[in-house]
Amino acid sequence: MTSILTNLFDGVAYGMLLFVLACGLAVTLGLMNFVNLAHGAFAMAGGYVCMVLVNRMGWPFFAALPLAFVSAAAIGIALERTLYRHLYTRSHLDQVLFTIGLTFMSVAAVDYIQGSSRVFINLPDALQGQFDLFGVGIGRYRLMIIVICGLLTIGLQMVLAKTRFGSRLRAAVDDPRAASGLGINVPQVFAFTFAFGCGLAGLGGALSAEILGLDPYFPLKFMIYFLIVVTVGGSSSITGPFLASLLLGIGDVAGKYYVPKMGPFVIYTMMIVILIWRPNGLFGRTAAR
Amino acid sequence: MSASSDVGYHAQRQARWHYGEAAFWLVVLACGFLFPTRYLIMTDILRLALFAMSLDLILGYAGIVSLGHAAFFGVGAYAAGLLALHGIINEPVLALIAAGLAAMVLGFATSFLVIRGVDLTRLMVTLGIALLLEALAERFSNITGGTDGLQGIEMQPILGEIPFDMFGKAGFFYSLAVLFVLFLLARRIVHSPFGLSLRAIKNNPLRAAAIGIPVNRRLIAIYTLAAFYAGIAGALFTQTTAIASLDVFAFDRSADLMLVLVIGGTGYLYGGLIGAVIFRMLQEVFSTITPQYWQFWIGLVLVVIVLVGRQRLHRWALYVPNLVIKQVAGRKAVVAVPESDA
Repeated sequence: MTSILTNLFDGVAYGMLLFVLACGLAVTLGLMNFVNLAHGAFAMAGGYVCMVLVNRMGWPFFAALPLAFVSAAAIGIALERTLYRHLYTRSHLDQVLFTIGLTFMSVAAVDYIQGSSRVFINLPDALQGQFDLFGVGIGRYRLMIIVICGLLTIGLQMVLAKTRFGSRLRAAVDDPRAASGLGINVPQVFAFTFAFGCGLAGLGGALSAEILGLDPYFPLKFMIYFLIVVTVGGSSSITGPFLASLLLGIGDVAGKYYVPKMGPFVIYTMMIVILIWRPNGLFGRTAAR
Repeated sequence: MSASSDVGYHAQRQARWHYGEAAFWLVVLACGFLFPTRYLIMTDILRLALFAMSLDLILGYAGIVSLGHAAFFGVGAYAAGLLALHGIINEPVLALIAAGLAAMVLGFATSFLVIRGVDLTRLMVTLGIALLLEALAERFSNITGGTDGLQGIEMQPILGEIPFDMFGKAGFFYSLAVLFVLFLLARRIVHSPFGLSLRAIKNNPLRAAAIGIPVNRRLIAIYTLAAFYAGIAGALFTQTTAIASLDVFAFDRSADLMLVLVIGGTGYLYGGLIGAVIFRMLQEVFSTITPQYWQFWIGLVLVVIVLVGRQRLHRWALYVPNLVIKQVAGRKAVVAVPESDA
């Protein structure tokens, strides 16, 4: 019983992490219908920035996290303004090729700069180890992830639902043409959201170094996970990807624990079944764009 | 001339053999005699060309974007490896066909998943299937050899006559023969009414359905056929290298394949062949400059190709040949890539 709860806890932490990593992609796909396979590269950038700051320059972990966010967002906005915006109107094939190219470049570049082995971020002592809560083993680090990601999710939901920017964004996702007809500067909204999504990915990358492992192949290894979150969750709201992330996280942890021999088999099967059952995602609306 | 006979006239003119095509195949054959020390890499190029042709059938002609075409390549590779390893079918040509059929069965089964949904769902499903198979191959390591791959494959002589030699000469001519036969078949198919209907589907599925083309059935058929081609390419890989390892399913393989096709151009059969040659040469150049980081340059090539625009790039590439043709033959530009976005 307790092992089930511990697994559930780990799965939730994992899922929340995936959500922070992937929610930027949900906006890219939903708003601009842009297939960005290079999303993991931004996460990797954030992770490596955090690693360099903490390990090499001796920054405290919690001070390095915001910087991981900022640097990934900066890279995101720079690439969006220079390269990505030329490709919004192109075919999906072009977008796929372009972003695969970017992913390959990022993998090789990080390999060149930092070497190909897995890196670890030195964590403060307060985050290491486990404690018991009613007999359930709870990892401190995972608890922190749940707290940070949970707060972020609530914050995002509030921004989307309550602020002016949020309603602009929702309008732009709903129907970009009508939104721009109403005077909403859709490219600007998108550029900002893209940068923010990249920043979140960077933060997620920094947080995930301990759990998912951080090495130059990160963007390739986890590309499928991000895509699963978005395609299964749909891109019409933030709740869809969130629930999909939790489902994926819990499913993956449980699958690895209870049927270790099947490896990643469980989640791929889950994804294919869900996509066949509902091609537009579990929580997506039926109208295909 | 009525519209329907006009279409037929153009289709027939396209389908006719040109001198250029004959010259192309003669050059390929001549390479086999001119560079006797380079059989291994040339065989590699032929394999890649066949694989790219397979993707072109679904991407260039039917407009299905696939990120997991390596699935069929892998199934073919493992099927050929297992057949040879356990001595089930010893004769390579029969084993090749059997491996192709195995991939074809998988292609048929998964085609139903692929025809559903839009581009993004297709990308996901194809990618997912390839990853799933990779996971399966790793899981059933007692059959596939796991991460070590299948080892100790010994190939019997082709047709019981020609043994595989260590310089890869037999392998090269064997691959060339297979490629040529399958090319003829593909050429026949894409110029047939069936092939024309595929192009109609690619351009506009809704209109194609409106004029009475059974869209889903056609897509299933071409996807199954492409799986067969990819399976044969995979089987050739195992037969000529005598190994089959997990990386036959790798994502890199599918991604590289996209690049091959994009370099060569989609929507005409020679695209895959030309792309394979250029891609392998690029790879060779990059890996001599920076052995470990060649992927960076491959990525850069992809980014540049997309940013410059594929059509524009092909126009530039054809500028000089067309100029020469104009000067010599005094005709309007003869060579043009019938390229359209997938």
